Amino acid sequence: MATASVTTAGVGTSEQYNYDIVRKFAIMTLVWGAIGMFVGVYIASELAFPFLNFDSAYITFGRLRPVHTSGVIFGFGGSALFATSYYVVQRTCQARLFGGERLANFTFWGWQTAVALSALGYMFGYTQAREYAEMVWPIDLLILVVWVAYLGIFVGTLMKRKQPHIYVANWFYLAFILATALLHIFNNLQVPVKLFSLESYSLFSGTQDAMTQWWYGHNAVGFFLTAAFLGMMYYFVPKQAGRPVYSYRLSILHFWAIIFLYMWAGAHHLHWTALPDWTGTLAATFSIMLLLPSWGGMINGIMTLSGAWDKLRTDPVIRFLIVALSFYGMSTFEGPMMSLKDVNALSHYTDWTVGHVHSGALGWVAMITFGSMYHMVPRIWNTEMYSLRLINVHFWLATTGVLLYIVAMWISGIMQGLMWRAFDDFGNLQYSFVESVAAAHPFYVMRALGGAFFLTGMIIMCYNMYKTIRQGSTEAHAGLNVATA
Amino acid sequence: MEWLLWFTRFENTKPLSLAIFFIVFCGILFYVFGSKKRGERLESHKNIPLQDDEI
Repeated sequence: MATASVTTAGVGTSEQYNYDIVRKFAIMTLVWGAIGMFVGVYIASELAFPFLNFDSAYITFGRLRPVHTSGVIFGFGGSALFATSYYVVQRTCQARLFGGERLANFTFWGWQTAVALSALGYMFGYTQAREYAEMVWPIDLLILVVWVAYLGIFVGTLMKRKQPHIYVANWFYLAFILATALLHIFNNLQVPVKLFSLESYSLFSGTQDAMTQWWYGHNAVGFFLTAAFLGMMYYFVPKQAGRPVYSYRLSILHFWAIIFLYMWAGAHHLHWTALPDWTGTLAATFSIMLLLPSWGGMINGIMTLSGAWDKLRTDPVIRFLIVALSFYGMSTFEGPMMSLKDVNALSHYTDWTVGHVHSGALGWVAMITFGSMYHMVPRIWNTEMYSLRLINVHFWLATTGVLLYIVAMWISGIMQGLMWRAFDDFGNLQYSFVESVAAAHPFYVMRALGGAFFLTGMIIMCYNMYKTIRQGSTEAHAGLNVATA
Repeated sequence: MEWLLWFTRFENTKPLSLAIFFIVFCGILFYVFGSKKRGERLESHKNIPLQDDEI
């Protein structure tokens, strides 16, 4: 049934698909990646060497931190998701994007404006102080309009598909779009102080406000940074490996289990707080259950290479994709473990959490994006990658960078947790807080170094992509399918 | 309308929702793995990304 319609589709021609919008978002993925990661390395260096604040309010850690998180999550990750979802939905549905060029371009300019204005606003001190949702309310409204347009384009394209079945990658992308809309609306219910004021109050207060924030925060991880990138994985891993996904039925189970379980896990961010105890227990229980679909998905992705493991030696793009899945497996083991109340009592408020986030963000999200971009970019510019060797260099820099980062944060975090709970023989705290800060210093330097490795890899990728795009063409796509990364 | 109050009590709705979700999950499990013929049809969809290169 699936093959019948495919033979009639003129796949890969520039007339059939809107690749222009994919190219735009792909370029901005690289731009925001470089900017966001540079800011990340800079603030990591500020923590190690505070003189880098230069007594300027605009570049203090507090203001630059959301620039970093928004830059990498919404700028880099968001642009990558727009690019790949537009690419994947068109190719797996054999249909051009719904809504025409103008609607797609609106999502591009709207999204880029929102991310750029957010970053500038943070440096000038405008924030609503909700983690990963610091944008002030007018930008929230802009994002809302853009997101509705994105949903319209995606669903419209699915509805006019020529392929009878909706491929599983699109399920993940659609779940991400719907869940993000829900999260964005409820987390940003704000009352502006005045009509022309950027300041606003949250509609919620106290514990309910904290609960809403972490319902959003954890599901931003679950749907924006996990489900959506799993959509990327389910398309690009089989494509790059040249083999179908290991088990389609497992992917269906993976989808439904992960979609159901993630929504309940957010309260594990609020253990040992004013939140009712049963809420935390419920969240921890669902977090533990999440391990099963997460590892099911990881195994499904990695086993796609079954019978072709040699590609790991020869193809650096596959290496990116498979190492990303390995980090996904590691992070999704670490997360449930940290959600246990006793483990959380040690890990919370320490650098361990920061390390965990980055093993997911750098190891999983960024690596799967790099692999997907190395696959997609030469195809949409009708060429081959400029340098395979530079991809390899990027891979090793990125891998070394992540490992340096997470090992530093593990040591620093566990050390902090142990120092903060240590008592002397008289029942007094054994260490002052500042002693734990001083003890963490070498690991802050190591973290900044790891980030610098990762950033260097990103810059090399930008150079490699620039040279690839320069040698490519946007005109004809006749030779599109033979291009190999 | 008195019966609607039953749904306002957590001790009722929690086991009810657990039962509903568990049954739905079992239903999906059965749908995916319950029939060899359906299983083959579902597995055939895994080739969709590879077919998009065929002109």
